[in-house]
Amino acid sequence: MDIESVSTTGHCLLQCPVVLYKAVKLFSTKLGKKRKMTKKQLYDSMNNNILTYNKLTNWKKYLFISVIILFFLFVYILSFGTQAFFQQLVNGIQLGSIYALIALGYTMIYGIIKLINFAHGDLFMFGAYISCFLGNYLVAHNIGFPFIIVLIFSMFVTALLGMAIEKIAYKPLRFKPRLAALITALGVSLFLENFFALSPENVPFPLNKIVFGPKYIPFPALIAEKVYNIGGVTINNIKILDVVITIILMVGLQYIVKKTMVGKAMRAVAFNKDACLMMGINIDNIISITFGIGTSLAAAAGTLFALTYGQLQSPYMGIWPGLKAFIAAVLGGIGSIPGAMLGSYVMGISETFATSINSNFGYSIAFIILIVVLIFKPAGLLGKFTKEKV
Amino acid sequence: MKIIKNIINLIKKYYKFILITVLVYLLFQIFNGSIPIAPRLLTRYYMQIIMFALINIIMTVSLNLINGFTGQFSIGHAGFMCIGAYTSAYFTTILFKAANMAYFPQLVLFIFSLIMGGLVAAFAGYLIGLPTLKLRGDYLAIVTLAFGEVIRSIVRSSDEIAAFINQIGLVKFSETIAKLNGPRGLSTIPALSKFWLVYIICIISVIIMRNFIYSTHGRACLSIRENEVAAETMGIDTTRYKIIAFSMSAFFAGVGGGLFAHVLRFIHPENFSFIKSIDYLIYLYAGGMGSITGSIIAATGLTILPEFLRVINFQQWRMVIYPLFLVILMLRKPDGIFGNREFSFLVPKKKEVN
Amino acid sequence: MNKKLLILLILVCFLFSVSAASAEEIKIGGVACLTGAAATYGASTKNACILAFEAVNAEGGVDIGGTKYLINYIFEDDQGSPEVAANAFRKLIDQDEVVAILGSVMSSCTLAGAPIAQDAGIPVISPTSTAVQVTLTGDYIFRACFLDPFQGAVVATFSTNDLKAKTAAVIFDNANDYTKGLAESFKESFEKLGGKVVAYESFADESKTFDFSAQLTKIKSANPDVIFLDGYYSAAALMAKQARGLGITVPFVGADGWDSAEFTKLGGEAVEGGYFCNHYSPEDPRPIVQNFVKKYTETYGATPDALATLAYDAALILIDSLHRAGSMDGAAIRDAISATDLECVSGQITYNEVGDPIKKAAIIKVEDGKFVFQKFVQP
Repeated sequence: MDIESVSTTGHCLLQCPVVLYKAVKLFSTKLGKKRKMTKKQLYDSMNNNILTYNKLTNWKKYLFISVIILFFLFVYILSFGTQAFFQQLVNGIQLGSIYALIALGYTMIYGIIKLINFAHGDLFMFGAYISCFLGNYLVAHNIGFPFIIVLIFSMFVTALLGMAIEKIAYKPLRFKPRLAALITALGVSLFLENFFALSPENVPFPLNKIVFGPKYIPFPALIAEKVYNIGGVTINNIKILDVVITIILMVGLQYIVKKTMVGKAMRAVAFNKDACLMMGINIDNIISITFGIGTSLAAAAGTLFALTYGQLQSPYMGIWPGLKAFIAAVLGGIGSIPGAMLGSYVMGISETFATSINSNFGYSIAFIILIVVLIFKPAGLLGKFTKEKV
Repeated sequence: MKIIKNIINLIKKYYKFILITVLVYLLFQIFNGSIPIAPRLLTRYYMQIIMFALINIIMTVSLNLINGFTGQFSIGHAGFMCIGAYTSAYFTTILFKAANMAYFPQLVLFIFSLIMGGLVAAFAGYLIGLPTLKLRGDYLAIVTLAFGEVIRSIVRSSDEIAAFINQIGLVKFSETIAKLNGPRGLSTIPALSKFWLVYIICIISVIIMRNFIYSTHGRACLSIRENEVAAETMGIDTTRYKIIAFSMSAFFAGVGGGLFAHVLRFIHPENFSFIKSIDYLIYLYAGGMGSITGSIIAATGLTILPEFLRVINFQQWRMVIYPLFLVILMLRKPDGIFGNREFSFLVPKKKEVN
Repeated sequence: MNKKLLILLILVCFLFSVSAASAEEIKIGGVACLTGAAATYGASTKNACILAFEAVNAEGGVDIGGTKYLINYIFEDDQGSPEVAANAFRKLIDQDEVVAILGSVMSSCTLAGAPIAQDAGIPVISPTSTAVQVTLTGDYIFRACFLDPFQGAVVATFSTNDLKAKTAAVIFDNANDYTKGLAESFKESFEKLGGKVVAYESFADESKTFDFSAQLTKIKSANPDVIFLDGYYSAAALMAKQARGLGITVPFVGADGWDSAEFTKLGGEAVEGGYFCNHYSPEDPRPIVQNFVKKYTETYGATPDALATLAYDAALILIDSLHRAGSMDGAAIRDAISATDLECVSGQITYNEVGDPIKKAAIIKVEDGKFVFQKFVQP
C-alpha cells in the first residue's frame, strides 16, 4: 500500500460521511416541510420541543463526528503504524501549544472590542525578533538564565507596542462602523510587516537601526538541546518546554480572568461595553490591559517558536501562523478563552496528521476546517451565537 | 425593424457618451502613432501601462460592488482573478491554439474564453458566498483570504490533479490539465488583448456595474450596507442579494483576470497572491467606497504612480507607505477620497414627479 | 483650473523621461530584483555586470565593426514580480532603446519579459533563470546557467558514483518550480543509474513551512542511503537540523540553492559533511576565475557568489558576441551568441540549438563551516 493510494482513499473516505450527513440533514428538513400541521400546532410543538430538540440533535451530531474521527485515526494507524502515530501526536501537541498562545490573544481582543486584529500575527513576529536581538546580546555577554530574561522582556516590549497600536489606530474608531476598524487593522498589519522588511542598506539613518531586513536570521541557542527517545518517539526538551510554558501561561490567564478584579472588568466589558460605561468602569484602561495581555501572549509564542525552530524566516513569518491561530480561535468559538485553547490543539494535531499524509492536504486543512466549521457550527465548538439586537 | 429603431433611439439618447469614448480612444491612438497626425508620445511602454490601468479599473469597480456598495469585507479578489486568468488561458492556449487561428475566429475565441473565465469565477464566488454570506461580515474576510490561498494551492498542484484524473481514466483531459504547468507558470499565451478590445470591455463592464448599482437590485445592496437588520425587516432577502453582488463581482474579476493573462502573456500562481488583493483593496479605499468615479481615478492613478516613481527608487517604500496612507485615511476620512461623490454623467437623472 | 494644470504637469514629466542615445555609445539593459525577498540576488547580478562593463569601458569600449562604443548599462528593478518585470522589459526596449538585455534573475520574471523581447527582436541572456520554458520562448532568448534537469542529473550521478548510494530520499518544495523540477530530474536520473528513490516527500511553500518533522519521520522510516535536501539555503538548513534532531545520520546532498554565506551559519553542525552542486567554485585555480574573484572582492568587499559569476559570464558572452557580430542588429547579435565558444568564469560555454549553454558543474563539500571544492562533474 503506497502513500498515494492511501491518501486518495483517505480523501474519498473523508468526503463520504460529510456528504451523507448533509444528505440526511436535507432529507429530514424536507420531511419536516411536508408534514401538514396548522401553524398553532407547529409553534406549540416547537416551543415544547425546543430544548429537547437541541439537546437531541447535539449529541447525535457529536457522536457522528467522533465516529468519523475515530475511523480516520484507525485508518491512519493501520497505514503508518503506532509509532508514527504517537510521534505525530507529540508534534501536533507542540504545534497546538504555539497556536494556542496566539489564538488566546485573538480571542481576547475580539471578545472585548469585536475586532479581528489582523496585526496580531505581526506582533508575534515582533516578539520573536526582539527576543532574537536580546538573546544575541545576552549570549555574547554570557549572562545567566538567558531564556527567562528574554521571554519576559519580549513579552513586556510587545505589550507596549500592542497598547500603542490600540491607542493610535483602534481607539478613534471604537464607536465607528466595524468595517473601518477592520481595514485599519489590515493596514497596521501590512505596515508592520513591510516596514520591518525594508533592507537596512536602502534606508536612511535613524530608521536603519530598527528595520530587520527581509532575510533569514538565525536564533541563538538559549537552551542546550537534549533529545529523548521514548519507545521510538523522539522528543526534544525544547518541545517539552513549549508545552510547559504554554500551560503555565494559560493557567495564569485563567487566574487573571476568573479571580481578579481586572479580569472581572474585562469580562464585563466583553459582555456589554455600553453598560460598563454607565457603571463607571474605565473602558480605555481595561481595553488597553486586554491588548497588553493578549499581545504579550503572542510575544511568548514568538519566542518559543523561534527557539524551537532555530531561525526567523523573515518579517512576513507572522502571517501564516497568525491566520491558522485565528482559524483555531474561530473553531473553538471566538470570544471564548477555553474555546481558543481547545480549537488550537485540535488545529495543531489535525495539521500534523494531515501534513504527514500529503503536504498539500496539510496546507489546506486549516481552510477545510474553517469551511466545515462555518457551515455546520458557525459559533464554534464552545461558542455562543449571539443574535444581533436592534 | 423595431430593433434597429431601438438602437437608433439608444444612440440618440447617449450620443454624447459614445462621442466622448470614441474621441478618447482616437486620442490614445493618435499619440500611439497609429494615426500619424501628432508625434508619437505614447510608446508601447506607456500603452502597456494604460492597459494594466484599464484592467485594474475593471477589478477595482468589481471589488467596489461587494466591498463598497454592499458593505461586506472581501479580501480575496485576486483569487477570482486567478481563476479567470487560468480559465481563459486554458481555452486560448491549451484547448484551442489561438495563435494559429485567423483574425476573426481568434477574436471570437478570445471573447468566449473571457466569458468562460468570468462564469467559472462567478461559480466559485457563488460556492464560497453560499455558506459565508449568511453570517456576520467578519467571517467573509477570513474565508475570502483563505480562498485566495486555496485557489493558488490548487493551481500549484495541477500536476498532481492531472495525475489523479489520469488514474480515473480521462487521459486526454488530464493532459490538458497538466499543461497548466502548476508552479512553473503558464507561458506562451498569445497577445490577444489588443488595446481597443481592453478599452471596450472596460467601458462595457463599468456600464453594466453602474446600471446594476442604480437599479432596484443595487438599491437593495445599498440598504444592506446601511443597516442589514433594517433591510431584513423591510423584507429584502439579504443573503440572496449579497450572493448576487458577490457572484457578479467575481464574474467581472474573472473577466479582468482573463484580459490580464493575455496582456502579460505569462501567468504564475505568485502573480495572484494576497499582495495583489491588498493592492486592489488600497485602490478601492483610496478612491472611496461606494463611488465608481473614485475607483476609476484611484485605479488609474495608483497603477501609473509606481512606474512614474521608478526613478526615485520608490519600490520598497511602496508597501510601507500605502498601508500607512490607508490607516490615516480610515482614521480621518473613512469614506475615502471621493467618498460617495460621482461624476455627474454616471448618476442617472432623477425624473421630475408632478 | 488647478486640476488641469496638475494633469498638464504630469504629462510634461512623462515627456521628459524619454531619453536619447548619445553618439559612440551602446545601450545595454539589465533587469533584476533589487527589492523584495530575493534582493541579494539582484544586487550581486547588478554588481557583477557593472564590473564587467566597467572593465570593457576602461579599454575604450567594445569594438563593433571597427568603432569602439562605450557601454551604457541601464538597470531596472523588477521587484521579483512578473508584471513589473514585463513593464521593465518594455521600458528598456521601447523607451531606452537598448540593444540587448541581461536579465532577469527569477524564472517567472524572465518568462514574463521574454515574449516582449522576442517580438521586438532584442536578444536576452538570462544569467540565472533555470526554468526549462525560458529558452523555449524564442530564438532570441538565451541563458548563462545550466538547467534544473541538468543539475538533478549531476547530483544523482555524484550520489551514485561517489557516495555509492543505492537508495535515496528527496524532500522538496512543491510550490516552487525550481525545486520541483530538480526533484523530478533527480528521481529520473537516479533511477536510470540503477538506484531507487524510497521516499519522495514534499512540503507546500517553504516560506510558510517551518516544521518538516512529518515528512522527515516518514523519510527516516524508509531508511535511505542519502537524502537530497532540495530547497533554498534557509529551508535546507532547517531541514538538516530537524533531520539530525530526529536521529537521521545519513549524508545530505543539495543543489545550487544551498549556495549562500548564511547556509553554514544557519545549519551549523547539521550541514557538516554535506555536498552540493554549484556553478563554479572560488577555489578553481584557472586565472580567469582568480582574477574575477580578486576584482570582485576588492570592489565590493565580499566573495562573489554563483549569481554574480553567472551575471559576469553573461556580460562576457554579450560583449564577445557584440564584437563578433560587428553590428547592433538584433538578428546578428543573436546569431553571434548562438555561435559562442568562450572560456568564462564558470567554464567553457557553448550553446545548443535551443539557447541553453553546454557546461559542467562543480561539487562543493561543506567542511568546518566553509565551502570546499571537490570536483567537476559532467553527467
